[in-house]
Amino acid sequence: MSVLVGPNTKLLVQGLGRDGSFQASRMREYGTNMVAAVHPNRDGQKFEDVVPYFSTVKEAVAETGANTGVIFVPAAFAADAIVEQVDAGLELVVCISEGVPVQDMVKINAYVKQSNSRLVGPNCPGLIHPASKAKVGIIPGNIVKPGRVGVVSRSGTLTYEAIAQLVQVGLGQSSCVGIGGDPIHGTTFTDVLALFQEDDETDAIVMIGEIGGIREQLAAEFIHEHVTKPVVSAIAGQTAPPGKRMGHAGAIITGKAGLASEKNRVLTEAGVHVVESPAYIGAKMKEVLG
Amino acid sequence: MNIHEYQAKDILQRFGVPVPRGEVASTPAEARAAAEKLGGQVVVKAQVHAGGRGKAGGVKLASNPDEAEKYAAGMLGTQLVTHQTGPQGVPVRKVLIAEATDIADELYLSIIVDGDLGVPVVIASTEGGVEIEVVAEKTPEKLFRVAGDPLLGLSPYHARDIAAALKVPASAQRATAALISNLYRVFVENDCSLVEINPLVITKSGDVIALDAKINLEDDALFRHKDLASLHDPEQEDELELRAHEADLAYVKLDGGRVGCMVNGAGLAMATMDITKWAGADPANFLDIGGSADEKRIEEAFKIIVSDKDVEIILVNLFAGIARADVVAQGIVNAAKETDAKLPMVVAMRGTNADEGRRILNESGLDISAAPDLAGAAEVLRDRLAGMKGGSR
Repeated sequence: MSVLVGPNTKLLVQGLGRDGSFQASRMREYGTNMVAAVHPNRDGQKFEDVVPYFSTVKEAVAETGANTGVIFVPAAFAADAIVEQVDAGLELVVCISEGVPVQDMVKINAYVKQSNSRLVGPNCPGLIHPASKAKVGIIPGNIVKPGRVGVVSRSGTLTYEAIAQLVQVGLGQSSCVGIGGDPIHGTTFTDVLALFQEDDETDAIVMIGEIGGIREQLAAEFIHEHVTKPVVSAIAGQTAPPGKRMGHAGAIITGKAGLASEKNRVLTEAGVHVVESPAYIGAKMKEVLG
Repeated sequence: MNIHEYQAKDILQRFGVPVPRGEVASTPAEARAAAEKLGGQVVVKAQVHAGGRGKAGGVKLASNPDEAEKYAAGMLGTQLVTHQTGPQGVPVRKVLIAEATDIADELYLSIIVDGDLGVPVVIASTEGGVEIEVVAEKTPEKLFRVAGDPLLGLSPYHARDIAAALKVPASAQRATAALISNLYRVFVENDCSLVEINPLVITKSGDVIALDAKINLEDDALFRHKDLASLHDPEQEDELELRAHEADLAYVKLDGGRVGCMVNGAGLAMATMDITKWAGADPANFLDIGGSADEKRIEEAFKIIVSDKDVEIILVNLFAGIARADVVAQGIVNAAKETDAKLPMVVAMRGTNADEGRRILNESGLDISAAPDLAGAAEVLRDRLAGMKGGSR
C-alpha cells in the first residue's frame, strides 16, 4: 500500500510552460508513469517524444486512463484547472501553483468536497512514494530513500529538510506529502495522518507545521484519539512577529492559537514527540525508533 | 495590500454602507475649505496605514474651520508614530476631514477568511472602539461569529441574526442588517482579506454608520482589480520591504535583529529565523528568495539585506530544489563585490548543484563559514557571533 501516490499512479500534467516542463522531465526521470500532457494548442505533439499532448483534461483521461493530475498553470487559472480535473474524474488532483486567490479556494474547496476527487494543495510541493519511484510534484527525487517513515508538511523546503535529516540518520521514507502553505487547502494534516495510520508501509510519522491557523491543534486532537504510530513534530516560525505574513499566505499569527508555542504545547499534550526546531527532526526520530 | 481610511470609505459608500460625510485634504487650506463646506464640528484624521492614531495625536476634533486648518497643519508633512509603527513612524501626506458624529453606542464589526473553516466569517461585538484583540482575550463571550457559505454567501437571516446580537435599538435593526449584508458584498466582490469597522456607531438620532474603516486587499487577487491596485501608497511601507516587493521577493523587516537571513522557501526561512535565536541573536528579517530566482534577483536580495543597517552577519540557508545553488552563489558573490560588503557570512548549501555553489563561494575571497545543515548552521553562527564585538545586543 502507498499513500495517494504509488505504483498505480497514471499521471497527467497540466500546464507545461517553463516550470511545468522542467518538473515533468524530473518526474519522468525519477520513474513516474506520466501518461498525458495537457496544454493548449499542442494536439498531436508529444512531450519528450513519448507522452501525448491534449488540449483538454477530459480527452486526455478518455485516451490514456490517467487517474492523477498535477497542475502547474499560472495562479489566476489554477482554480479553473482544478474544476476541469475534478470534472474529468481524476481521483487525485495536486495543485502546485502558488498565489491562488483565497476566495477562489473558498469556492473550489466546496466544489471538490462534493466530488469523488481529492485535492492536495495549492501552493504545495506535491507527493512522492520512493518505493515505487512515483512522484507527483517537485520534491527532488535524489534526496529521498525508500523506508518506513511518513512525512507530512505545510512547507516544501522543510519537507526536503526533514527528508535529508532522516536519510542522514539512516531512515528512509514510506511516502511524503506536502499539503501546502495556503490558509485554505484541500488535504489537511488530519487527512494525511489518517492515511499514514492505515498505511502498512509506515511505522512512524514526521509532521512539520507552521505558525497561523489551528490545523496543528486539530491534528493533535486526531493523533490523541486515532494515531498509534509515533509522531515527531516541529513548528516553524517561533520568532515570527504577530500580524506579519511570513511568505506563505497561511503563515500569519492572528491570535494566540496561531503561535508556535501554543501549537507545541497542544501537540506535546497529545503525546507527540515535539522538537524545538525542524533542525532536530532526524535525531529525534532516530531516538524514538531506537 | 493596505489602503487608507478615506479610500476604504469610498469603497464602502459605493456598496451602500453609510459613512460620515467627509473630504480628503493634502494641505491646511484644503482642510479649512472642507471644514467650511461640511459646517459645524469636524474630525481631522491623519491618513496612515497604522492603527492607534487617536492616542498618537493623529485624530483631533475641531470646532471650527480655523481649528481644522491648524490641526491639519500640525499633522501634514510629519511622521506619525503609533504603537503599530516603528520608532520612525509613517508619513502623513493626507488628512480626512469628516463631520463629527453624536455617538450613542460604539460596536464592532469585521470580516476575515477563516482558513480552518474555509469560508469568510463575520465577527461582531457590542464592545466597539477598543482593540478587538483585548475583547477576545478578556471577554471572549462578547464576540459573535457567523460563518458565510461558499454558495449562499451571507444570507439575510444571518445579517439579521448578527444585528440582533449587536443589541442595536429596534428602529436601527433593519439598517444594521442591511449594512452587514452590504459589508459582506464589499468583502467578497473586492477580494478583501480584512474589512474592519471599529467602531460601528449608533448615533443619537438612531442612525447606524461606519465611523472608521480598515480594508486589506488580497495581494494574490489584485490582478483582477486593477482599479484597487492603483490605491497602493508605497510611502507607507518600509523602504526595504518595498524594494523587495518590487523584486518579487517575500521579505519582512524584523525590528531589533542583527542576523540577516537569506533562504529559499517560506518554511525553511522561518526555521532559519528560529535557529538564529538559539544561536544567541535575533533575526533581522524574513526572506524567501523563491523557487526559481535568477542571479539578478539573488543580487537584489543580497543588496536589500546589506542595506539594512542593523545587519552585522548574514546567514544563507539554501536547500535547492527548483532553485540552483550555483546561481545563488554567483548572485551573492556579484552583489558582495558590487556593494563592497564586508559582512561575515554563514552559509549552508544543499540540493541541486550545491558542490558547485560552495566552490564559487570558497573561491570568492569573501568571509564565509560553511555549515553542513540547519542544526550545523546554528552552531557555526553561535561561534561566529561569539567572536564578534558587541556580543548580544
